Amino acid sequence: MNIHEYQGKKLLKAAAVNVPEGGMIDCAEQAETLAGMLQKKTGKNSWVIKAQIHAGGRSKGGGVRIAESLPQLRKHVTDMLGMQLVTHQTGPEGKKVRRLLIEENVYHASKNSVNEFYISIVLNRATARLNFMYSTEGGMDIEVVAERTPYLIHREEIHPGLGLQQFQARKIAFDLGLNGNAFKEMIRFLLNLYKAYVDLDASLIEINPLVRTSDERILALDAKIILDDNALIRHPDYEQLRDPDEEDDAETEALKSNLNFIKLRGNVGCMVNGAGLAMATMDIIKLSGGEPANFLDVGGTANARTVESGFRIILRDPDVKIILINIFGGIVRCDRVAQGVVDAFRSLKKVRVPVVVRLQGTNAEEAMEIIKQSGLDVHPALSLQDAGDLIKEFF
Amino acid sequence: MSILVNKNSIVLVQGFTGSEGTFHAQQMIEYGTRIAGGITPGKGGQMHLGRPVFNRVDEAVRETGADTSAIFVPAVSAADAILEAADAGIKVIVCITEGIPVLDMIRVKHYLEGKNVHLIGPNCPGIITPGEAKVGIMPGFIHRKGHIGIVSRSGTLTYEAVDQVTRSGMGQSTCIGIGGDPVIGTSVLDAVKMFMKDPETDGIILIGEIGGNMETEAARWIQANGNKQVAALIAGLTAPKGRRMGHAGAIIAGKEDTASEKIRIMRECGVHIIESPADIASTMKEALK
Repeated sequence: MNIHEYQGKKLLKAAAVNVPEGGMIDCAEQAETLAGMLQKKTGKNSWVIKAQIHAGGRSKGGGVRIAESLPQLRKHVTDMLGMQLVTHQTGPEGKKVRRLLIEENVYHASKNSVNEFYISIVLNRATARLNFMYSTEGGMDIEVVAERTPYLIHREEIHPGLGLQQFQARKIAFDLGLNGNAFKEMIRFLLNLYKAYVDLDASLIEINPLVRTSDERILALDAKIILDDNALIRHPDYEQLRDPDEEDDAETEALKSNLNFIKLRGNVGCMVNGAGLAMATMDIIKLSGGEPANFLDVGGTANARTVESGFRIILRDPDVKIILINIFGGIVRCDRVAQGVVDAFRSLKKVRVPVVVRLQGTNAEEAMEIIKQSGLDVHPALSLQDAGDLIKEFF
Repeated sequence: MSILVNKNSIVLVQGFTGSEGTFHAQQMIEYGTRIAGGITPGKGGQMHLGRPVFNRVDEAVRETGADTSAIFVPAVSAADAILEAADAGIKVIVCITEGIPVLDMIRVKHYLEGKNVHLIGPNCPGIITPGEAKVGIMPGFIHRKGHIGIVSRSGTLTYEAVDQVTRSGMGQSTCIGIGGDPVIGTSVLDAVKMFMKDPETDGIILIGEIGGNMETEAARWIQANGNKQVAALIAGLTAPKGRRMGHAGAIIAGKEDTASEKIRIMRECGVHIIESPADIASTMKEALK
């Protein structure tokens, strides 16, 4: 589950991980009060205004701005709230900015003596352990650093039983070239950050940049936190961090019906039971000359209701020219799915595109019979190859 | 012969009296698996499906001599159930449960290191040696005894592979669904190594997907040590970067996570690449000629 930067920083602050002074606003009127409060706290009359959307690369699109006066602040805030922010992660249509994070400008009057680092905690799947990834090259796209200067990215593996040890934190701080008070601050920062990761049940924490300020503070200037979806069962409070505006409507609707849906840009809709088979089905579509319009896993309980919701979600997409349903019946009986398809077809009245249904496994023959008898524009297939061939005929 | 489970496996069901546990225990019994009983803390002493219910795994092991366990415990306590089974001396732990927090699995994996135990899963369909034992949720009837070993990260895509193999007349020695999570017990390589040693297995089908490096790790080992033909399918050629495709482990994070990169490396290692999901059995058959 993705959360906003301002939410992530709030969680970090609560875990004693240092972040800049700041606050979130969702209407322009709140800006000056907040800025005044920050000025009182920090003594600085320079602020950073950051658009809160679930996408990286915000500064290039004008989503991060600096204000050196209140009128300037007012202008930026009015410009930014409601803007359509385009970054390399948003797609060409961009994302609407509904919230802003206003923070103290830590660079203010000290531009030269601020150091920027990169640090993240991620799972190393090969060893099944958490890794600290860190670099002196902060503030830029870490993938670019990894490509151009891979030797500048370091890894420190964490023992699952012991957690981050003092000597490891020292190693990281030394590698980042710190000394004096900043060194001590960094040790504290790292230990608290690791603890935060574990306590939050995160699946990613990425701080880029992590800065050493001119007054020797260590601060998380940015915070990207992804929470482990599987751990939501023990953090019911995370539900309130979800931002429905950031989620695709169709994907949210699918979630409500217990379907796993991802919108893609293609012309063949598909509905499958099981994630692996769903990916394989998308591949078959491509091999048959089409482009998958979505990923849709109806899970282990494909029945009339899930099939109908699946249809509704797929049919929202005007680009869909044909739908392929691929169900491998195990515990799920194919004849029930077939009946579900027929019922959904009738209850939806007008399914405007042809549908290929491939049912295999438990009661597959009975299922074929149900579909043939229905007299609907549904084309049954028994094998994956048959289904692919039927798709091919449409292109 | 076969790998990990056979007609002599004595199996316990953890989460025995729950709805999932009950349904699948019944299915396993009908298939002929030796289900010796099950565990539901607090219900010890009762009978369920004609078998004893125990409070604790160690007690169940002592009473029944079980060496295998199938876990249907809800996600919040499934990691604990795995630890309990390992602690009680169970040798093959099959965890069907979906949705276990990743940090829990990191701890479980660490606990199991160096122990003589195989964990299969979590979030997997389980393992079956056709005609002998089914420890999992796969539909038994699609399988047929034979000489192809199947290892897969997926559920229904495994059934697809099995079905194609059965229809082609080849049959399976053992099929393992290792699960789709980022941290799992038995890896593709672990399974491949066991199949290579199994005299009943002539060829191996590997069903992989985007995300992680398990398939390429196995391919490199096969290139150096393999003595049997391996055919592999990598699902997710059309999957977009950065989106989690259902399985928590199926996400393209880096370049090596993509299907095309995996396929390139595996082909270099001498693995027969299955070009279309419709050609799983035919590619294996061709490779064995």
